[in-house]
Amino acid sequence: MYQNSTEIFQMMPFIIIGAGILLSIAVEMSIKKSELILPWFSILIFAVSAVISIAGIQQESVLFGGMIAAGGKAAIFNFIFNVGAALVVLNSVDYIKKYGTYYGEYYILVQSSVLGMMMMSGAKDIIMIFMGLELMSICFYVLAGINRKKFSANEASMKYFLLGAFATGFVIYGIALIYGTSATTKIDDIISGFNRLITNPLFVAGFIFLLIGFSFKIAAFPFHMWVPDVYQGSATTVTGLMSTTGKTAAFSVFIIILAAIFSTHSINKFTPYFAAIASLSMLYGSIVAISQDNVKRMLAYSSIAHAGYMAIGLAAGNISSESGIIFYLAAYTFMNIGAFGIVSIIEGENDTQLGISSYAGLGNRNPVLAAFMALFMFALAGIPPLAGFFGKYYVFIGAIEGGLTWLAVIGVISSVISVYFYLRVVVYMYFREPQEEIKIYSDNLSLSAVVVSGLLVIIFGLFPDTLLNLITSALIR
Amino acid sequence: MEQNHLLTYLLLTPIAGSLLILFLKEENPKLIRWLGFLISIAAFIISLFVYFGFDASAADFQFQDKILWIKSLNVSYFVGVDGISLLLILLTTFLTPLTLLSSWKAIEKKVKMFTFMMLFLETGMIGVFMSLDMFLFYIFWEAMLIPMYFIIGIWGGEQRIYASVKFFIYTMFGSLLMLVAIIWLAVYASGPLGSFTTNLLDLYKVGPSVPREIQSWMFFAFLLSFAIKVPIFPLHTWLPDAHVQAPTAGSVILAGVLLKMGTYGILRFCLPLFPQSAVYYAPFISMLAIVGIIYGALVAMVQPDMKKLVAYSSVAHLGFVVLGIFAMTEEAVQGAVIQMINHGLSTGALFLLVGVIYERTHSREIAYYGGIAKLIPVYCAVLMITSLSSIGLPGLNGFIGEFLILLGSFKSSVLNSWWFTVFAASGVIFAAVYLLWMYQRVVFGTVKNPELQNKLTDMTARELIVIVPILIFIVWIGIYPSTFLDMTRLSTEKILRSVGSFTLSLVK
Repeated sequence: MYQNSTEIFQMMPFIIIGAGILLSIAVEMSIKKSELILPWFSILIFAVSAVISIAGIQQESVLFGGMIAAGGKAAIFNFIFNVGAALVVLNSVDYIKKYGTYYGEYYILVQSSVLGMMMMSGAKDIIMIFMGLELMSICFYVLAGINRKKFSANEASMKYFLLGAFATGFVIYGIALIYGTSATTKIDDIISGFNRLITNPLFVAGFIFLLIGFSFKIAAFPFHMWVPDVYQGSATTVTGLMSTTGKTAAFSVFIIILAAIFSTHSINKFTPYFAAIASLSMLYGSIVAISQDNVKRMLAYSSIAHAGYMAIGLAAGNISSESGIIFYLAAYTFMNIGAFGIVSIIEGENDTQLGISSYAGLGNRNPVLAAFMALFMFALAGIPPLAGFFGKYYVFIGAIEGGLTWLAVIGVISSVISVYFYLRVVVYMYFREPQEEIKIYSDNLSLSAVVVSGLLVIIFGLFPDTLLNLITSALIR
Repeated sequence: MEQNHLLTYLLLTPIAGSLLILFLKEENPKLIRWLGFLISIAAFIISLFVYFGFDASAADFQFQDKILWIKSLNVSYFVGVDGISLLLILLTTFLTPLTLLSSWKAIEKKVKMFTFMMLFLETGMIGVFMSLDMFLFYIFWEAMLIPMYFIIGIWGGEQRIYASVKFFIYTMFGSLLMLVAIIWLAVYASGPLGSFTTNLLDLYKVGPSVPREIQSWMFFAFLLSFAIKVPIFPLHTWLPDAHVQAPTAGSVILAGVLLKMGTYGILRFCLPLFPQSAVYYAPFISMLAIVGIIYGALVAMVQPDMKKLVAYSSVAHLGFVVLGIFAMTEEAVQGAVIQMINHGLSTGALFLLVGVIYERTHSREIAYYGGIAKLIPVYCAVLMITSLSSIGLPGLNGFIGEFLILLGSFKSSVLNSWWFTVFAASGVIFAAVYLLWMYQRVVFGTVKNPELQNKLTDMTARELIVIVPILIFIVWIGIYPSTFLDMTRLSTEKILRSVGSFTLSLVK
């Protein structure tokens, strides 16, 4: 069936991760010391899959009977998922040791969730989106509660599951309506008939249901209620994974289903919807984050705000904003994984040392950690020349080209607000003396994950072309 | 045009040096201090090469260096200098080694980080003055916030956290709106120019054709950012906090260079990019400038704290600069440029001098002192010259700037009213009042405070090495300003030509 060797090559990431999951299960069942093998094996398959994805970026091919696309922008998304997950795994080794709660399924679940994300970002069929979404989400529900003896983790898992199921309901209902009006689940067919279908109110309703379902997943206001509790309650490394790659996967779906608007210049009927959630998310996230003393919770609200910035790109709906969103997602993934990596290093057992006061005097006690945390905070705040700034810059270009200057203005206002709480961490680290004795555990692996993220944030900042050229070459063909 | 990398070397010297310093051991502060000082001297020497290679008879940007940086956005690393920016770069490279030298005793904790931050800051400041790409300009403009934030926050006074955060957020608010305006302009330029560009020289051609109403918005987005930095009344409230809390070196750089970025930005961007709006709103902004002159002077008068007094005097002095720019006559703009340099020298020196006695007594209260003329005569003589220069005594630098500004604003057809000059001139008198009164209370009379006898010692050789070069320039500009005026003449003429046609249309 697949005579073409490039197609087999393109399929490799899926095969590697899929086979990796099965192999990992076998290892976990048969080998006692699996915790020494599985993390490295996971990193290996993620790395190979990331490299193959990027290598195949130039050719776009449709696999599995028109169900999944590989190459092109899917390749960039796969790269983000795999590198992000590899960093999270690297970070998890020490974290799990610290908590003394090793469960074999942890790494397997991370691998499975990545497979789900890859299915979403490459989907050519709405059913495929749904399958990917469920694979990813169910892994996340379990991962959120992986510290099963901890009450807050159980709460987080339950909350996430219930609200996630609610969101899934929206997605399913939306898919049903779309199928009912377009008589197809193939995304290409829907896109080609988009201008005709969009006049049908039922189709629009279905589409909006779909958008609402995924707005839950990107943690946009007003669908954000689960975010602070889940991010705070879950293991920090898991939060790092959910808040970055999970968000990226959900955004990739937006980009896929709005392809008609992004690349064929159909009228963006959904601008008001996205403009509303964008402006509300930005302002709500930034304002509420100011009053948070728990760093994880603060980053949760910041994640809501960042979903807002990226949603500006969806509201604008042009090619600049599309590449802007993808760049932003990559930048955000590495900034946030780095920040959560540091939080996981500082964090003590049983949810201690998560408050911002635990960071007081870090600049003296551990200059390297403090310097990287400051780097991530400045990057998240959007100070040039770091990656976070360019993400915002590109999205704003898209907004202004799309005639949404007012949205960009709201964006910068909320950026200014957000500077306050990002700086607050820096203030504690450098300008204040420590109040309590803080014990920091041995953390070489976590630190290396942080350093890699930090370097990526700097490289994407100083040489944004490295990434942007990949994105534009994937988008314009 | 031939490529010349001199400016790039100038830009890279401090940042490369600061990275070098990161590898030194904290235990050896002496080595770090010396190395930091030598690196900043090296930067100064390179800037002198630029100065001697500069052709004052050409109005174009010289020493241009251009490397494509972000191809997909058409952003280049594009630098070049004209007379105005060169003069400000010289001011920066001149003041930085002096401030580093001045802080050898004052900064005792985290010397390595301090030197690193100062050199990092120097690169940022030089970059702001030489960028010819809006995007590049913006990056330096923002990146420079980080070191200043740390300098105030780590080595500052009691209220340093409040002051540093206020400084950061205030500045960032203005600059982010400018960012939106930059992007808007670049997107707009893709129409007439055929591609998205942030190249300043290209945008100069496009700016005046932006529809009037939108141009006003653009103008104010840019102006807000610069006005906060200057600061123009009523956006000045961050300044006293930042100045008072910053360590001496921070205050000197803040007053000497950072505030100039605002006025430089107005001159470089607001006027040539949006000439119609600049001409239209000139009387309004000049009015704010006048309010700033008088308000700053009156508030300075009643300050019990010497550093705060000097800080408020900055508001007044920068008001003169803004008035000069928006008068839009050749004399006034030339005066404004020279006044930027003057303020950098005089106020920088005043902050240094306040720092000198603060190091000894740990007090900046005017009431704490009195009669120190007998105890430390050399110091008092230096303080006298500096205060007189700040007041604008003929023969010293301040006079030249203020005189040109007043003369130019009197003749200005844009402002078209001599009331501006009258009110501004009253500011000169107020300046004499608050500075001489401060001088009298601190220096003359009998020594009431017994502590002073033991604590005060006269200026050391190191402190004199810091202050004497500044005094030389204070006198030099006062006696023979042509050295500096000739440098900037053609550059100011060029800026005025770009607004000139719109000035005439308004008068008719």
